[in-house]
Amino acid sequence: MSTVLAVRDLKKSFGGIVAVDGVSFDVTEGEILGIIGPNGSGKSTLFNCILGQLRPSTGDVRIDGRSVTGLRPCDLNRLGVSRTFQLLQIFPQLTARENLILAGQEHKGSMFSRLVGPSDAGLSEPADRMLEFFRLDHLADEQAGSLSYGQQKLLDAAMAFISGPRLALLDEPAGGVNLTMLTSLRDRLKAINVERGATFVVIEHNMEFVMALCDRILVLAEGRIIAGGRPADVRRDPKVIEAYLGH
Amino acid sequence: MADILQLLVAGLATGAIYALVAIGFTLLWQTSQTINFAQGEFVMLPAFFVLIGTGYFGLSFWPAVALATVVSVVVLGLLFKRLIVDPMMRHGVLPLVIATIGLAIFFKEAVREFYGADAQPFPPVVAATEVTVFGVALALQSLVVLAISIAAVVALQLFLSGTRTGRCMQACAQNPTVARLLGIPVERMILYTFLINAALVTLASILITPIYLAKFTNGEWLGLYAFIAAIIGGFNQVRGAIVGGLLLGVIDNFAAAYLSSQYRMAIPLLILIVVVLVRPQGLLGRIEERTV
Amino acid sequence: MRPGPRRLAGIILVLAAGFLLAAPFAFKPYGIFILSMWAVMTIAAIGLNLTLGYAGQISLAQAAFVGIGAYITALLTTKGWPFWSTYLLGGVSCFAIGWVLGYPALRVQHHYLAFVTLAFNTLVYLIFRNEEWLTGGIYGISNVPRPDVAGWSMNGPREFYYFCLAHLALVSLATWWLIRSPWGRAFVALRENPMRALSLGVDTRRYTLMAFALGAGLGGISGALYAPLVQFVDPTPFALGLSLNLLLMVVVGGSGFFFAPFLGAMVAVLLPEWLRFTEGFYLMGYALLVVVLMVVCPSGLLGLAARLVRPAGRPGARSTAETSVAGPDAAVQSEGAR
Repeated sequence: MSTVLAVRDLKKSFGGIVAVDGVSFDVTEGEILGIIGPNGSGKSTLFNCILGQLRPSTGDVRIDGRSVTGLRPCDLNRLGVSRTFQLLQIFPQLTARENLILAGQEHKGSMFSRLVGPSDAGLSEPADRMLEFFRLDHLADEQAGSLSYGQQKLLDAAMAFISGPRLALLDEPAGGVNLTMLTSLRDRLKAINVERGATFVVIEHNMEFVMALCDRILVLAEGRIIAGGRPADVRRDPKVIEAYLGH
Repeated sequence: MADILQLLVAGLATGAIYALVAIGFTLLWQTSQTINFAQGEFVMLPAFFVLIGTGYFGLSFWPAVALATVVSVVVLGLLFKRLIVDPMMRHGVLPLVIATIGLAIFFKEAVREFYGADAQPFPPVVAATEVTVFGVALALQSLVVLAISIAAVVALQLFLSGTRTGRCMQACAQNPTVARLLGIPVERMILYTFLINAALVTLASILITPIYLAKFTNGEWLGLYAFIAAIIGGFNQVRGAIVGGLLLGVIDNFAAAYLSSQYRMAIPLLILIVVVLVRPQGLLGRIEERTV
Repeated sequence: MRPGPRRLAGIILVLAAGFLLAAPFAFKPYGIFILSMWAVMTIAAIGLNLTLGYAGQISLAQAAFVGIGAYITALLTTKGWPFWSTYLLGGVSCFAIGWVLGYPALRVQHHYLAFVTLAFNTLVYLIFRNEEWLTGGIYGISNVPRPDVAGWSMNGPREFYYFCLAHLALVSLATWWLIRSPWGRAFVALRENPMRALSLGVDTRRYTLMAFALGAGLGGISGALYAPLVQFVDPTPFALGLSLNLLLMVVVGGSGFFFAPFLGAMVAVLLPEWLRFTEGFYLMGYALLVVVLMVVCPSGLLGLAARLVRPAGRPGARSTAETSVAGPDAAVQSEGAR
């Protein structure tokens, strides 16, 4: 199995504050990696550095062996890396289907072909199939802003997968979702990994969610990885317990 | 050498006036996100209030100035805020911009229609005599204008950093939410900035109109110059507006003297483009975050 | 839109189209001239609506592009060039200039683009005014001819009006196609949420630049029609005032709505004419009405119409921004209430 993502010695400081302090890890194809850690441990900063939203102070990020450190988010996306944000960011006035078409359209053809070609860039069918997969097909023509919060979160996740990315990074996908929807979300994410071989990394606070979903877990504290391994092992690791409960 | 000094002093004098207008402009932006496209007309109007005072009501100069100041502060400060800015503040920058564009047209046409289209002479603050400084003959008017403007700016700075109200106003400009949490009456502070702006433009009007005569079209270029001064200096800093204004006045004066008068305006405009592209936060401004 | 309002909008459109087609037979030559001016200004406003309403960039340079298009057409047609070439040249040149101007200018925060475009507009006006050898300076270029179409002369007011109307129809169709295409979706994305758009692979810089350049190109086309309409081109119309007026058209119409330019141009071109009976006060009245309009409906005329059509306070209609600011708890509570 090839290494999709390789992060080496990533550091990010803001003035005097070191948010990420030398993080290195790999993600192999087809795995679901979870990143957990107490608040302020640097998880979101790590994501933003990998995804080009922030420029790392030092360190290297490689996708399929190719260095992508500091590339613009849109270029990274076109290399096959997609993401969701912690604060839900779908487009409320577009319909659910249109949100998905938007998420996939920049991968189809050239800018010019998108101007003269069909208005949906040929993505209506794949979008409908993705909506079906995430059990949102009955809402395809609804304005995304009128969906419930949990449904919007599912749509957000769908948007991350529609372009068939090499790697998806999901920032707190379970945040604010009620229990019923959580099971559905976890089930769909697991399915997209098993059925379509999607590789993704998840940052989460919700322990149950992460333990049940992920194959492997890394624990971040104060910008450094303090533990890693299978969910059951990490759960029992004394360093992890200490990091969460404090000294 | 004498010429250069004269140009410099004259440039600083007009620059100081631009600075006054630019300061008001910057204050409005900082505290309430108001881009006042009618700022130029705000400077054009008070002079006409004075002329109405002396011509129509038969007052002598200084009482007319007092009356004009009161009217300006009420109309251009209080009424402007209550009737136009308040209803639109929640809806973003653009509707207010359009409303102030409309207001500018309204004032301009009102003056043209009710007062007249001809340029009117305006009495200067001091007689147009010359004073010899270090062997160079300088216009007394320039020196007095410079002195008054400096005094006004210093007074304003003292007010903003020295008094409690002034510091509250600064807090509101930096972070209105936190200011509200601290119990500062943000609405009232914003009102004060509008009143201060009205006072500043009135002063600017009285100082600049003797030079350019009172004409209904004055607002067009005055507004543009204030705008440029504010941006060159740094749109989010009062000190920047001062530097921007002075710099603009001096450059403009030298350009008029040494370059073709036809392209006189081009210099400030080119500087504006260069500043925005190379150092968008202006000479003294703080860097704002990129959106894209 | 739900079926009821959609049908109403359709009826209004058909009536409007009918009126526009029949108008020349009811109006005197001056009235037809004003309607032609409306059509020409709408084209420029459509361009600005692309830049501002769809891509979210404030441009104060549209008048300069109209001027460049007008001068190119005036200069070339008075020297005997055929109209079609000048009109293409005007549009393409303005597109190119827009691209060159926008390339550095869009790298800074967007309200700075407003300042750069303001300066650009004034500089271009100065060049128009001062370079007599090229533009005729304040004396301008007179006797700009009107074109022939397949042997038919467009000289008469009625014929030229239909000529302008046909161009407006073409531009509208092209713009409608653009908005419906993936580009239109990308524009909405980059206006509403540029960061999210970037993360979805939308090259926001290129799309913004494209919207700006397209808007400029449409300004050039508008100018190419303006020259033979007025048949005299001088610098005065292309000063900052027109840029502000075009901005006014887009915002008053309802920035971002497809028909905003049509309505806005109606307000800016036709309203002052209707107020002429007030003689000296007509501009004052117009300005006052604009101020009142902005106070009463800041999202523009179509924004107001949209609010009337969509019932307010539907429980599910909360925006994501609302829920994310209110926090997950609020969302969970609303889930429970469902």
